[in-house]
Amino acid sequence: MALLDVKDLRVSFDTPDGEVHAVNGMTLSLDRGESLAIVGESGSGKTQLAFAILGLLARNGHATGSVRFDGTEILNLPEPKLNKIRANEISMIFQDPMTSLNPFMRVGDQMAEVLMLHHGTSKSKALSESAQMLDAVRIPDARSRLRMYPHEFSGGMRQRIMVAMSLLCRPKLLIADEPTTALDVTVQNQIMQLMADIQRDFDTALILITHDLAIVAGACARTLVMYGGQVMEMGRTDDLFEAPSHPYTLGLLKAVPRLDVPQETLETIPGDPPDLTQLPDGCPFSPRCPLAFEPCADRMPALEPFGEGRFRACHANREDLE
Amino acid sequence: MFATKAAADNLAAAQPVKGRSLWADARARFLRNKAAVAGLIVLFLVTLFALLGPLIAPWNNEDIDWNVLGNVAEAGRPSLETGHWFGTDALGRDLFARTVQGTQISLMVGIVGALISVIVGTLYGAVAGYFGGRADAVMMRAVDVLMSIPYMFVLILLLVVFGRSMLMLFIGIGLVSWLDMARIARGQTLSLRSKEYVEAAIATGVKPFTIILRHIVPNLLGVVIVYATLLVPSMIIYESFISFLGLGVQEPLTSWGALINDGAAEMNNGTYWMLGFPLFFFVITLFGFFFVGDGLRDALDPKDR
Amino acid sequence: MSDVLLEADNVSVTFDIQRPGAWPWTPPDKLQAVKQASIQLESGKTLGLVGESGSGKSTLARAIVGTVPISSGTVLWRGQDWSAASPAERRNHGRHVQMVFQDPLAALNPRMNVGEIVAEPLITHFPDLPKAKVREKVGAMMERVGLLPTLVNRYPHEFSGGQCQRIGIARALITEPELVICDEPVSALDVSVQAQVVNLLKGLQRDMGLTLMFIAHDLSVVRHISDRIAVMYLGRIVEIADAAEVIGNPCHPYTRALIASVPIPSPKAERARHRPVLQGELPSPLAPPSGCVFRTRCPIARDSCAAQVPEFELISGDHRVACPYHAEAGLARAE
Repeated sequence: MALLDVKDLRVSFDTPDGEVHAVNGMTLSLDRGESLAIVGESGSGKTQLAFAILGLLARNGHATGSVRFDGTEILNLPEPKLNKIRANEISMIFQDPMTSLNPFMRVGDQMAEVLMLHHGTSKSKALSESAQMLDAVRIPDARSRLRMYPHEFSGGMRQRIMVAMSLLCRPKLLIADEPTTALDVTVQNQIMQLMADIQRDFDTALILITHDLAIVAGACARTLVMYGGQVMEMGRTDDLFEAPSHPYTLGLLKAVPRLDVPQETLETIPGDPPDLTQLPDGCPFSPRCPLAFEPCADRMPALEPFGEGRFRACHANREDLE
Repeated sequence: MFATKAAADNLAAAQPVKGRSLWADARARFLRNKAAVAGLIVLFLVTLFALLGPLIAPWNNEDIDWNVLGNVAEAGRPSLETGHWFGTDALGRDLFARTVQGTQISLMVGIVGALISVIVGTLYGAVAGYFGGRADAVMMRAVDVLMSIPYMFVLILLLVVFGRSMLMLFIGIGLVSWLDMARIARGQTLSLRSKEYVEAAIATGVKPFTIILRHIVPNLLGVVIVYATLLVPSMIIYESFISFLGLGVQEPLTSWGALINDGAAEMNNGTYWMLGFPLFFFVITLFGFFFVGDGLRDALDPKDR
Repeated sequence: MSDVLLEADNVSVTFDIQRPGAWPWTPPDKLQAVKQASIQLESGKTLGLVGESGSGKSTLARAIVGTVPISSGTVLWRGQDWSAASPAERRNHGRHVQMVFQDPLAALNPRMNVGEIVAEPLITHFPDLPKAKVREKVGAMMERVGLLPTLVNRYPHEFSGGQCQRIGIARALITEPELVICDEPVSALDVSVQAQVVNLLKGLQRDMGLTLMFIAHDLSVVRHISDRIAVMYLGRIVEIADAAEVIGNPCHPYTRALIASVPIPSPKAERARHRPVLQGELPSPLAPPSGCVFRTRCPIARDSCAAQVPEFELISGDHRVACPYHAEAGLARAE
């Protein structure tokens, strides 16, 4: 049985400008200990997908469909039950660690509080577990760091603390939303390696949300490419990079600046992210797609399986890519 | 964010697209807030009352109705027949006319005080915050010194020494009202100063005062306006308090504070209207300003809710 | 040697940091944000400036623009000392030197519409220009950066990040400056939009003959737009050479670490390369390590590194490196 099973999830928001359709019929599943990358530009609905799974949508948002976690339906659960799940089963890491750390509390106290609250651990035991966890995310001199305040750490260190904190309750699933976007490349590299190690050592399932295909390559076993709140393609990371089956994936791949191969100019995907209040009837990517032809604007292609565990939603022939 | 669709729509027309400024957004949010709109309507009606009242009042605010004098508790009751819609005061003067006149004074005091505070306080604070360093230190210490003076005492002293006059009252209120605003504006400016658009203007070579007026002040206005709407009632209360002490506006002119003072003095004689009518206008105006202030805060800072 | 538009010679920038809680008269701590940096900007060329956050690259840029005071050294604009200019002269210079900022939305005044934002430098430096002419120029510039001129009345919050950056570029170019300093212009953007902005800047440079200084923490982006690349670490320039040379023959261990940190969008290549991930973090600039500042994180550091500040030596052509053991660094890479 899959750990996480999302079926036909839809998320929309009521705004003064009209209804914003952030997620439009997402289906995905994730096994225990598996890692999945969700890639898309800003405005592709990837963050709202994660928020919907965790029940963190803003008040004007509603979600329909089904999210089963460990066999139980968790979509739109009442807040107290969700809190239990968020505490013990699913953790989330955000782009800006400062938003989730209380600047007036010592790091150790914040971490210990999590354990004391959810597991009823004694303070001294909670503190020593926190120190171990800081050690696990390779923060040197963990014991004394417990007494420091969040602002005394650098951005990379704070993100490590967030990782440590999210692992305290040994969650079955860790969702990381753009965990390295605010960081330098050097630190990004460190954090990505840490995530990969942690995922292996703790046997946690991982969903990594990012706009940068490049960092996915070494980090996740499977990759899902999202646009306009829908799955464009999905498959094993190796296969997907080797032979992208969707023009959007291809565009994202070509836009990555590389040092290992010579590139004359950077290729771009022309145009801007979609207007989520007025998505086209057909494929949301069709206005920007170099391969768009007749049916694309009218009919959304179905997500069809092909090859080994791969799916794609595109009218164009696979041979026409590249 | 979603400009692309609109852009495509307008490509054919090639007419400049009407932008939706933050102010327009705020206005829409404000108009959705029922309490704030109700407050605004109340304020509008009170202002109308102050402006148009003199035209419809059958009596003058200075004239004594000799028919009721001596028997105010009976003959001075509010009545449509005598033309004393709100009754008369203890001296037989028409309370409607006096309330209209008192409303004018009180609103004027409130609005002038708030205006001084907005103009002087905002500019002072913005200049101090923008230039920073020594200029900031000197300017803000000056504010601290002024703030540490017990201004009510000074105001009373001013009124006693120079005699009671409207001008003295405005000077007194003007002297103190901008201090808080200067502090608020300075604090906000310090954070605005580090914004990249200010840096862009500096790098471009825009003159410091132009930067303050073009980039700092418009972004301060949200906070300033909210604070100003809350300042108007406090100015009205100050004035009322001073008038209550008998040091405010001079007879035959009056204000809400003076009227309430007079009315309160006559309470034992069973002439509750003398207290009731001025108090009613005083209270609904204050509530009006508070609701509008709340509404503006929510409208201008949607994130803070 | 082509003609040098701007030269920063031995520029140092020091900030006073008042210790919290100290008396106002206690002398403040000195933070050396930039130490003896020398760069030359050649007319029509692009200099890339790379380093982690805290490396002083933005401060160096601001010292060149003049928004941050220089504590020693000189900035020469076409051979004229610019660091001695009066505030008015410096403001006047804004016409020739413009900046593009990292956070596209924060760099635009939310209370001004796009037309006003783009026009600001123009009306600052040409106050007598008739309104119709300003409007015409703004429209033309917006078209040039790929925005519809009909959007002039819209406000920044109605645009996406990439579009906001285009607006920022339009504002920087409206006075037809000679030098544009781009401070991490693409770091806050999606990868797909980064490419758009980089290509736009390259195109504009070609058309308008701009000189660019392009600051980023990511070598892979910088490589695409730069003719020369300078690498900064903790306020010092540690390596400077032509772009191809820096990428193809990096000599400073820090440069090599930066290159190794760039993710490769290929799972096989990612697995294949052993990753000499740069460990640790930037030391505090308030208390920089003695000798070579990079030694605390350097894979080839030895005792002598702590004792001696490395010379910024010329090793070939115009390739300079601040590491006496650069030959070994190259060897380590070849293994």
